[in-house]
Amino acid sequence: MAEQKRRNQILTTVSILLLLGFIYFAENYLDLYIVRILNVCAIYAILGMSMNLINGFTGLFSLGHAGFMAVGAYTTALLTMPPAVKQQIFYLTPLIKPLDQMNLAFPLALLVGGLLTALVGSMIAAPVLRLKGDYLAIATLGFAEIIRVVFTNTQSITNGALGLKGIPALTNLWWSFGTAAFTLVVLLSLINSSYGRALKAIREDETAAEAMGINLAKHKTLSFVTGAFFAGIGGGLLGNLLGTIDPKMFSFMFTFNILLIVVLGGMGSLTGSIISAFIVTFANEYLRFLDESINLGFFVLRGKVGMRSVVFSATLMFVVLFYRHGLMGSKEFSWDRLLASRVCQRMQGCFKKRLLKGGYDQ
Amino acid sequence: MTLDLFLQHLSNGISLGSLYALIAIGYTMVYGILRLINFAHGDIFMMATYFAFFGIVTFRIPWFITFPLVLVLTAGLGMGVETVAYRPLREAPKISLLISAIGASFFLENLTIVLFGGVPKPFPAPKLFTDVVQVGAVSIQKLTFYIPIVTVIALLGLMYLINKTKTGMAMRAVSMDHETARVMGININRTISFTFGLGSFLAAVGGIMWGMKFPQIQPLMGVIPGLKCFIAAVIGGIGNIGGAVIGGFILGIGEIMLVAFLPDLTGYRDAFAFVLLILILMSKPTGILGEKTAEKV
Repeated sequence: MAEQKRRNQILTTVSILLLLGFIYFAENYLDLYIVRILNVCAIYAILGMSMNLINGFTGLFSLGHAGFMAVGAYTTALLTMPPAVKQQIFYLTPLIKPLDQMNLAFPLALLVGGLLTALVGSMIAAPVLRLKGDYLAIATLGFAEIIRVVFTNTQSITNGALGLKGIPALTNLWWSFGTAAFTLVVLLSLINSSYGRALKAIREDETAAEAMGINLAKHKTLSFVTGAFFAGIGGGLLGNLLGTIDPKMFSFMFTFNILLIVVLGGMGSLTGSIISAFIVTFANEYLRFLDESINLGFFVLRGKVGMRSVVFSATLMFVVLFYRHGLMGSKEFSWDRLLASRVCQRMQGCFKKRLLKGGYDQ
Repeated sequence: MTLDLFLQHLSNGISLGSLYALIAIGYTMVYGILRLINFAHGDIFMMATYFAFFGIVTFRIPWFITFPLVLVLTAGLGMGVETVAYRPLREAPKISLLISAIGASFFLENLTIVLFGGVPKPFPAPKLFTDVVQVGAVSIQKLTFYIPIVTVIALLGLMYLINKTKTGMAMRAVSMDHETARVMGININRTISFTFGLGSFLAAVGGIMWGMKFPQIQPLMGVIPGLKCFIAAVIGGIGNIGGAVIGGFILGIGEIMLVAFLPDLTGYRDAFAFVLLILILMSKPTGILGEKTAEKV
């Protein structure tokens, strides 16, 4: 047992070092396109994990993630944009007073964005978390829409439908992967604590959980607000990666993408969300050919704009219909399980055989 | 505001409310029978307008043949969605069903974008309906009168179907208890399928009239009306057909009046429904006509 634990620790340390090395390599030597995709992967992982906390671990079917991201993205963007750029963009109506001169460091702006989103989340939580199931879904969706409509109309704060442009590109791999790791650590320790067990109890059976003395309102709010906090941070990272944001971006479609990641990775598995965030984002880029025409030399295959989205929605339905537990179900990644898996066993077998064979040759 | 202008807004509100009511019924019936928000309902409504467009513009079928054809096709589409996306999940947890519904909705939207293009198309409204008549100082489209009339006829038909026929009795039984209904010899799947067909039929009636009132159709046109009509159903008390009609009218008239009386808030028009929803859910979560239910352990 102790040996196994030691082995796992070594494996974890080695893979973290490898990851750090990879980030350094990618940041310095890989081309910008790949770096951008990797950034998006990490941000989607953050968003997926935060949604998984609410939907997968607590069983609250919330569809308000796009709204949370919008709050975080706008706050962070407004706090990091230089005053001169702000003046240039807000030509219809000038930005309100304290904001137009404010300029914070990126981590501070992210934190403020996250905290503000958490505040919005806690304000929404009070009325919404009294609802259950479908009602909760539609009410959170409603709040996300309200946030979007408000952002479209508050010209002097958000620049309305024009959106924000020229947001400094401060998000790099260190920030995105670092935040993703931070999110994973915080959420893992949350779900493994007594609070986490209470959340899972609420997911399994609300009435029974309440009978066991779990304060429903308190725990649901905790989950909801924590999820909102990380969604806000993810939104902030995304805004400062893309450079432009507008209210249309944060429509229900965005929530749907995150939902796809959560469902594909497994409701109730943080590591599953991370894996599927990478798969979905890379697939999204890889499948870009569906939207464009492919020249096969002798024959041009006409792509159709929107084909990618068709494939995506079909995938979601396919996963739900035939493969309901997703990639990881509600289990987390562990070295023990990976090493005990069939593929790994076979690989080990091959390895040993080769070694033995080598021995005979000598 | 003059009386004439007020009457014009009121007639607009009533016709918009009628459309909302027709679509809201589809939501409420499906919710009553499956306890599911049929997210794809708004997109079925959208498909109906496309069917009508292709019938009249592409195939040059006269409108009085196209429209009944559209109703049948849309009902078939609704049943098809139910068979593919919901039937395999009868025993699955609620969340899976809801996700499948969202997936079906996006699938229909994106398929429409791929097949028919994202560019808005003009809806070919027959001249008969879009003529403008002068009533006193107010000029109103004839359609504005036809919409409530058609809605009332459709509602009377629906009421007859649900309360007086055997199929309607089966629908009511299934919505109360699947197991008991099955024991009584009711074919559950066929009844649910019929409910979807009926809801989609009414959505198609609404869709055709919507297309004539707002003659521009595009693949995402069903999203916002779909959400609003679901809200209308919740406001009236979901599962209750009368409630859906009341909710539809409240929402339709309220929305038009909001824009008419407080023009400053025009930009917030789409948020009105959601604010109303949250207010209702906070004060009376089961809606106006809904009955209070307690969860049994």
